[in-house]
Amino acid sequence: MPELLRPERPVGIVGYGAYVPRYRLPAKEIARIWTQGRGGLPIEEKAVPGLDEDTITISIEAARNALARAGIDAELLRAVWVGSESHPYAVKPSSTIVAEALGATPFTQAGDWEFACKAGTEAMVAAFGLIGSGMADYALAIGADTAQGRPGDALEYTAAAGGAAFIIGPAEESLAVLLGTLSYVTDTPDFWRRAQQPYPEHGMRFTGEPAYFQHIGSAARAFLEATNTTPQDYTYAIFHQPNAKFPQRIAKQLGFTPEQIAPGLVVPTVGNTYSGSAILGLTATLDVAKPGDRILVVSFGSGAGSDAMAFEVTDLIEERRALAPATQDYIRRRTEIDYATYVRWRGKLVLK
Amino acid sequence: MDISRHWRNRKQRYRLVGEVCPHCGAKLFPPRDVCPHCGMEAKTVETLVGTGTVYAFTTVRQAPSDFAEQSPYVVALISLDDGPMLTAQLTDLGDVEPYVGMRVEMVTRKLRNADDERGLIIYGYKFRPVLERALA
Repeated sequence: MPELLRPERPVGIVGYGAYVPRYRLPAKEIARIWTQGRGGLPIEEKAVPGLDEDTITISIEAARNALARAGIDAELLRAVWVGSESHPYAVKPSSTIVAEALGATPFTQAGDWEFACKAGTEAMVAAFGLIGSGMADYALAIGADTAQGRPGDALEYTAAAGGAAFIIGPAEESLAVLLGTLSYVTDTPDFWRRAQQPYPEHGMRFTGEPAYFQHIGSAARAFLEATNTTPQDYTYAIFHQPNAKFPQRIAKQLGFTPEQIAPGLVVPTVGNTYSGSAILGLTATLDVAKPGDRILVVSFGSGAGSDAMAFEVTDLIEERRALAPATQDYIRRRTEIDYATYVRWRGKLVLK
Repeated sequence: MDISRHWRNRKQRYRLVGEVCPHCGAKLFPPRDVCPHCGMEAKTVETLVGTGTVYAFTTVRQAPSDFAEQSPYVVALISLDDGPMLTAQLTDLGDVEPYVGMRVEMVTRKLRNADDERGLIIYGYKFRPVLERALA
């Protein structure tokens, strides 16, 4: 049995923040273009970034919300880590721009992380280590994406934009204390994008059983065993949400109820925000959680791996929750666009 | 390429870093080191709050080439709650019509690509309708 990763110094989430762009593309609008409206739809609609939005701007707003809840000066951050598979530059860190926009520069770590959809939780685990070792008091971990799907591909229905940010700090200042974490990683090529290719490739049905279900299931089961807990010990659970079906099926397989995953299941109206996916579920869950609630999060990144982690919510949630917009505030703010607008905004028209 | 100009302006562009006059208390934006209100030296750095009201606006339909990609867009004079007036694009309007007196808040967005897609991406402040919040 693998041992749980636990820092020597207890750590937790001091502040959290979400961001979802305003615009929505309904799945039925994509189906109208490509399938004459026939066939099942994986979600209702997905969030589309505006013309002036990218992973950096999404990260900045989510991080400002996290700072507002944490109530700390940005200069106290000793790491600004941005997890994404859609960093705007091929070479030049997103994290330095985000750090500068927050006012966290110059005495900070900064780095960009990439692991398909789990780059955000990977950055969180690194932050647990940095704070848990006593090297620093506060670190910022972000997961954000403006995901691309090939026109007409199954992924186009779900590839969305959004992100979440977490300030990791000492447990005594946390609104949710880390109970432990554990990862499960193998070389499983279910989804990839080669350099200078605009769209990713995927293994069709191979993305299900050997990838998503194997990794999330194994990470979750090992975590439950290592912590000697059962699904009933958790108030809420969040599993990576690439579509509406997968997280509900894995929850059932593991023994979690629909009620446990309900607050964090944002994919039907937001889409798959890739590096932001599982953790946007976490911010939506923290928005409704009460002191004493336990929350299990299991991310998944293609390639492939899963990070399992659990938190216990503290009394501090009550005073910090309203200090920044709720995840649902962003989801409620909604302007529908059509496929033609989407095609223009996402740069799919050849102009020169 | 103007790299040095963008680099010099990054703090004011990304997060409204201005100045406050130590003599008369006026907030200054952009930072200018001499207070236009009392004429005294004012070099104290102050980050402005970022909320304000639309004072006037217009829609740009014939955009300069660097901004053509985002055309049409709305440019507004924003009267900041901190005092200064500045010019900025409005964003995230969706189906909302802008109006004089509209409450807005600062967000950091992509302003344009410098040169072409090989150049720098320039980020800076824009303003959007204040996000409605269930709790606040």
